[in-house]
Amino acid sequence: MFKLLDGSQTLGRGPTFWSCFLVVLAAALIYPVFADSYDVGNFSYFFIWIFMALGLCLMWGYGGMLSFGQTLFFGISGYAYGVLAINMGGGSTTIVALVLSIIIAMIAAGILGYFMIWGGISGIFFGIVTLSATLVLAFFLGQTAGPEWRIGSARLNGFNGMKGMDPLAIGDFYIEGVALYYVMVALIVIVYLALRMLVNSRIGNVIVATRENPQRAEMLGYDVRKYQLLTFTIGSGLAGLSGALYTSWGQFITPSSIGLPAAAMPIVWVAFSGRSDLTATLVGSFLLLFGFQTITVYSQQAALVLMGALLLATVMLAPQGFVLGVGKLVADRWSARRQRSSKLALADTSRLQPDET
Amino acid sequence: MALVDVKGVTKRFGGLTAVSDVDLTVNVGEVHCLIGPNGAGKSTLFKLIVGLYPPTRGTILFDSIDITEERPFARVQRGMSIKMQAPSVFKELPVRQNIQIALQKRLSGAKRVVEEDRLLELLNLAPDSGKLAGALSHGQQQWLEIGMALALQPQLLLLDEPTAGMSPEETFRTGELIQSLNAEGMTVLVVEHDMAFVRQIAQRVTVLHLGKIFARGSLEAIIQDEKVAEIYLGKTHVH
Ligand SMILES: Nc1ncnc2c1ncn2[C@@H]1O[C@H](COP(=O)(O)OP(=O)(O)OP(=O)(O)O)[C@@H](O)[C@H]1O
Ligand SMILES: [Mg+2]
Repeated sequence: MFKLLDGSQTLGRGPTFWSCFLVVLAAALIYPVFADSYDVGNFSYFFIWIFMALGLCLMWGYGGMLSFGQTLFFGISGYAYGVLAINMGGGSTTIVALVLSIIIAMIAAGILGYFMIWGGISGIFFGIVTLSATLVLAFFLGQTAGPEWRIGSARLNGFNGMKGMDPLAIGDFYIEGVALYYVMVALIVIVYLALRMLVNSRIGNVIVATRENPQRAEMLGYDVRKYQLLTFTIGSGLAGLSGALYTSWGQFITPSSIGLPAAAMPIVWVAFSGRSDLTATLVGSFLLLFGFQTITVYSQQAALVLMGALLLATVMLAPQGFVLGVGKLVADRWSARRQRSSKLALADTSRLQPDET
Repeated sequence: MALVDVKGVTKRFGGLTAVSDVDLTVNVGEVHCLIGPNGAGKSTLFKLIVGLYPPTRGTILFDSIDITEERPFARVQRGMSIKMQAPSVFKELPVRQNIQIALQKRLSGAKRVVEEDRLLELLNLAPDSGKLAGALSHGQQQWLEIGMALALQPQLLLLDEPTAGMSPEETFRTGELIQSLNAEGMTVLVVEHDMAFVRQIAQRVTVLHLGKIFARGSLEAIIQDEKVAEIYLGKTHVH
């Protein structure tokens, strides 16, 4: 099964790559020892969004389905976490609330995805429908200011957003600060490795085949609709994970984390990073979030304008994505420096390995 | 015994009737060639058989089961596979992965790799197995697509102009390949323009013209039929 960590669907393989991976992981693990708690908290905040980015990478880069509405599932799950955490009480039930809110987001994705995919919606229309659904949810939540909009003891509270839920906790122990940071790192590692295995598996083969040529994939006997629905549901579940973590992290959520500017963000991250590769998306999204935050401290407008400019530059200069492009360049230089014999070995390992699922 | 039974099938595109009230049976274990001038409706008939188009009228049986309403993937799962006229491969994926995707339902692990290698060798694609499929020549893409169709080990193999873009030697080798597959029991339905190729492989021939069955029988009988020669030379369009 672990053979699937490396495969033709993921760039970066072999000892060099995994050594780098371990070095970065080790650096991430010792970072809180050296950094002050403000920076550690900021990093946790960046990590929140990585899941939504990876989910979109799976759907868009691998599956060829551009959803313009991943904040729909982010919002559903974020609000669901709030409602559940408020109503179920704090403590360990927050973990249950987290899991349930992801499941709720996935069910929502399953239903919306079913109607879109079985209804034959694809390409640009897929983006339009998902975006519309997102805007509808943001608009709806925006007008829930009145006291009648409550679920149990949780008030939706319109534009001001829902507050008062507990953060994630185990018993009396709140998962905050450094603890939250480590939980985030662990989750990212798990999700990243699991997605690598997924895209290099037989299912992943069909997912990319469907992106390339759905008719041919169907002519090989695959019900491509099922694979598309699976991809959409997993990708949206990851957006849901981000949403629930976000609510738990800040103990609030507002409709503005769903609306248009928020919905465009994941697309910018993934496009800039390189949608066809999970690693590029992981690294690029983190860098962008980091940069965005740094600039936002000075001016939020400037940060938004910069994001727009970046998207434009990506589309025009590096449609494959900047991080992916740089990564490929570095990899080429690296292998060019090596000797011929090791090049041959490389060509040999790049042959597809049999999987053992 | 009929493996495919097309009964009274009509397909209209708007005002154009591409296939008109066609009856066609393909028997188990035969190599059947479908010929006819450009625009006769041959490819449309193929797409009706695999389910890419719903027929306007008529029914299609496969192995005596009515599959008219079935989705393409379900028909493929019943045991048919197609190589289409325009190359239809996964262009951004390596050649070997194309084959792998076709094989992975049937085989896994080391067995699959052995079969991948065998097919790549058979199709003369072994040296290019690491290339992206889109980087192959037109003829090689045809081979690759034939390979993907073969990987499914279908009962019925549909080949729409398999030799287009191939040299005479390659064409001859394709013919030999079809004959050996047929000897192992595969039923093959082929659309072709190359008469030498048809002569090499065909056991039965059906001529389609303007969407209708124009003639059918052995190749000898068809060739001697003057009307068939006329439609190929376009004489019926004069007057
Ligand atoms: N999807 C479609 N929409 C509209 N018209 C179509 C479509 N597909 C085919 N046609 C028309 O139907 C007729 C038959 O086309 P078809 O491709 O089946 O012919 P063919 O016998 O395969 O010809 P060729 O030898 O050139 O491949 C043609 O007039 C074609 O223009
Ligand atoms: Mg044709």
